[in-house]
Amino acid sequence: MDNTIVATHHDTAAEDHHAALPQHRHHFETPEQQREAGTFGMWLFLLTEIMFFGGLFFAYLLYRNWYHDAFVVASNQLSIPLGATNTAVLIGSGFFMALGVWAAEVRKKGLLVLFLILTTLLGLVFLGVKYFEYKEKWEKHHIPGEHFDISEFVNPPINPKTGRPTEQPLPPDVAQKTQVFFSLYFAMTGMHALHMIIGIGLLIWLIRRSQRGDFSAGYVAPIENFGLYWHFVDIVWLFLFPLLYLINRHPGS
Amino acid sequence: MSEYHDPANITNPEHGEHHIVTPKTYSLVFVSLLIGTAITVGAAYIDLGIFNPVVALAIACTKAVIVILFFMHVFFQSKLIKMTVAAGFFTFLVLIIMTLSDYMSRAWGLW
Amino acid sequence: MSATNSTILNLPDQKTATLPKRNYINAEDGLLSWLFTGDHKRIGMLYLISITFFFFIGGAFAGLIRLELLTPQPDLVASDTYNKLFSMHGIIMVFLFLVPSVPATIGNFLIPIMIGAKDLAFPKINLLSWYLYWIGGLFTLTAMVLGGVDTGWTFTTPLSTHYLNTHVVTAGLGVFIIGFSSIFTGLNFIVTIHRMRAPGMTWFRMPLFVWSNYAASILMVLGTPVLAITLVLVVLERTIGIGVFDPTKGGDPLLFQHLFWFYSHPAVYIMILPGMGVISEVISTFSRKRVFGYTAVAFSSVAIALFGFFVWAHHMFIMGVSNYSALVFSLLTMLVAVPSAIKTFNWAFTLQKGSITFETPMLYAFGFLGLFTIGGMTGVFLGALGMDIHLTETYFIVAHFHFVMVGGMLMAFLAGVHFWWPKMTGRMYPESLSKLAAVTTFIGFNLTFLPQFILGYLGMPRRYHSYPPEFQVLNVLSTAGATVLGVGYMLPLLYLAWSLKYGEIAGNNPWQATGLEWQIQSPPLTENFIEVPIMDHEAYDYEWLAHKTEQEVTTVG
Repeated sequence: MDNTIVATHHDTAAEDHHAALPQHRHHFETPEQQREAGTFGMWLFLLTEIMFFGGLFFAYLLYRNWYHDAFVVASNQLSIPLGATNTAVLIGSGFFMALGVWAAEVRKKGLLVLFLILTTLLGLVFLGVKYFEYKEKWEKHHIPGEHFDISEFVNPPINPKTGRPTEQPLPPDVAQKTQVFFSLYFAMTGMHALHMIIGIGLLIWLIRRSQRGDFSAGYVAPIENFGLYWHFVDIVWLFLFPLLYLINRHPGS
Repeated sequence: MSEYHDPANITNPEHGEHHIVTPKTYSLVFVSLLIGTAITVGAAYIDLGIFNPVVALAIACTKAVIVILFFMHVFFQSKLIKMTVAAGFFTFLVLIIMTLSDYMSRAWGLW
Repeated sequence: MSATNSTILNLPDQKTATLPKRNYINAEDGLLSWLFTGDHKRIGMLYLISITFFFFIGGAFAGLIRLELLTPQPDLVASDTYNKLFSMHGIIMVFLFLVPSVPATIGNFLIPIMIGAKDLAFPKINLLSWYLYWIGGLFTLTAMVLGGVDTGWTFTTPLSTHYLNTHVVTAGLGVFIIGFSSIFTGLNFIVTIHRMRAPGMTWFRMPLFVWSNYAASILMVLGTPVLAITLVLVVLERTIGIGVFDPTKGGDPLLFQHLFWFYSHPAVYIMILPGMGVISEVISTFSRKRVFGYTAVAFSSVAIALFGFFVWAHHMFIMGVSNYSALVFSLLTMLVAVPSAIKTFNWAFTLQKGSITFETPMLYAFGFLGLFTIGGMTGVFLGALGMDIHLTETYFIVAHFHFVMVGGMLMAFLAGVHFWWPKMTGRMYPESLSKLAAVTTFIGFNLTFLPQFILGYLGMPRRYHSYPPEFQVLNVLSTAGATVLGVGYMLPLLYLAWSLKYGEIAGNNPWQATGLEWQIQSPPLTENFIEVPIMDHEAYDYEWLAHKTEQEVTTVG
């Protein structure tokens, strides 16, 4: 066996192949290596996102257990129609993103641009609904801090039809714990919304480049890898919705 | 071209058929996700006692799994990618379970 | 010049030797070519300069701490200021020096070369990582200049969220940003090591330095984000009142500690694993022997990373965790010591029957072996619940972690810098001066920190700027040691800088070491290799090296 380090030469055919792809970075031997490395790198980044949100999910788990009654009452302040709509909107957005990846893979530029635009639009709808929900919390003084108002939890409004309170009234010290729920609500949905805003910014950039034809000639990686990020943000919401909105909605409990 | 990078070398995951997931698959997943959401909301209004959060989380986990497998293509990817995803969730579970072990066992009192 | 019994150093004939005409340093000229580089070697050198800068700032704070502790009375600085001194010392040393030290400098430089690649997988992200390091560093310096932070590097709540008016937010954001620098470095390493090894470079032919950095990178990617969210929550609590850790609102301050230490314990393995990788390389080279039990060392690195995730609450034994969970964490802590011990045994057996020479890197490596072992063992003492109750929050802890971090990690870093200096710069440093510095740091270190074990055992608390007069003698010894240590650290700064212009030309392989990095020119070309290398022998194969050298000699003329 030869004991020295042997040099290799690239196939001329391979070199032609290399020269043909403008996005090929020369520290990679082949475009396939580059694509696989890119996907792997994006997944590693998503692992950091799992652990990032993980801390918040643990805090939620703990305090929901400690302050269950307060969490139930606070959660009932959130609107299920809005939350469920937003969930469907985000699922739709993810669906169009996946279709966008398909369009890039089959090199259909027009469809790619269309799907990216639909993804963005639905993402904006989601954020719009969230803005509306946050605004309502602001108006009701349910944002944690100096102006947090527990009066609605101590003296819930009376339902005119039944003559009974809409919610179980809480003693003041328990009612104070609704602030913990809202702290987590804003931290978790706020962090999620921040990730969506960053995603929409990236989408706009991707749409512009797609319109120029950058991603419909075989170079799919940016669309594919952004898709991974977008789906991940979607998955976070798929957990946030039932955990925050649906703690205890059955009557009579 | 080195043996590893020879396109004929199918053990290299970079040379797998780039399986293109079809819009049909995506549509099936999309509909399943919407159905799952509807079930989650419906189940929230029924008193299942201790199982309410269990059902909600189980459905959410199932949705997450099909998004990961199909929207994110992991079903068709290399073992490395699959192991990477698993490692992420494993570490997340370590954080949750081991921290919980402290909080849960506080209630057991001092020895 | 042939190798003599006392040294393996083999330099080319200085009368005719020159630096290679084309190398990564002179490939492009101008400051911008460095600031916008994608070359992993240039980024490694940029990091080296950066961490050295912060090291001396952190060191200055250490000097002030030791100066205050010369006398039992609080006579040098006010207590608030003293709190700021040790907090800034900790933050800078941990996040701006130790965490990036080996990975971002030596790792960035060498990992692609060691596995036969042209660069890391994501050069632009590598550069971004360096910029994030500086942005975070500037936030930290800003916090310092504006008046400092006094929470300790551990930012413990509710002190940090409610009871202080200092610049917790600025410092917290700084550490948050530095965390991303670390994450991107680790991410880059993992992808590179998995995907870009040269033909024939199987996992078990890679140098153990690569294995150690791989394990540390896994910790960086999985652990650092938890620190990130924890700091975000602290910042949110201080700024807009979101009260997740606030006991008055029903929050649990201990939750902060769980989340903080979930990262910060693996962080100590992030810090030490790359250093252990350096030690494997140095001990092998200067014993002329392959590392004993390669597979055991490789798997131990990964085992340290894995088990390192399971032990964090041993930093919280007295904080209010339940006894049952304390018991579990204590047992797991005993377990995590095992892989480190396995590595230490393997290094010892590498030395056995080797041809040992005592060049500077080897001196630092020997220092590491002794001091890390002491530090590690005292860690096991602290892992026992009964001992920890008495020793925690005393100088015993301070001594323990300085033994592993300074006696261990910093010595390993210096070993690595000296070992690969000829490769990175093409120049040798002056050997007698470097040996003097190594011995000086060893003496200074022991004089500084051995008394602290005794002080802790006798009950002197940490983070206090005054103490009962009976502890003064030991404190004076410790401060004297710190002065010697400071001199020992200044020396390399001076002679390494000197060597850049006046050092002897090193040639490709002054240490006659195995490893791909020693088969290319010093300094390397930008593209590292002229053609893709094929790896056809095991790591640390000295027979292969001897055969190759023989062949080169016989084919000349």
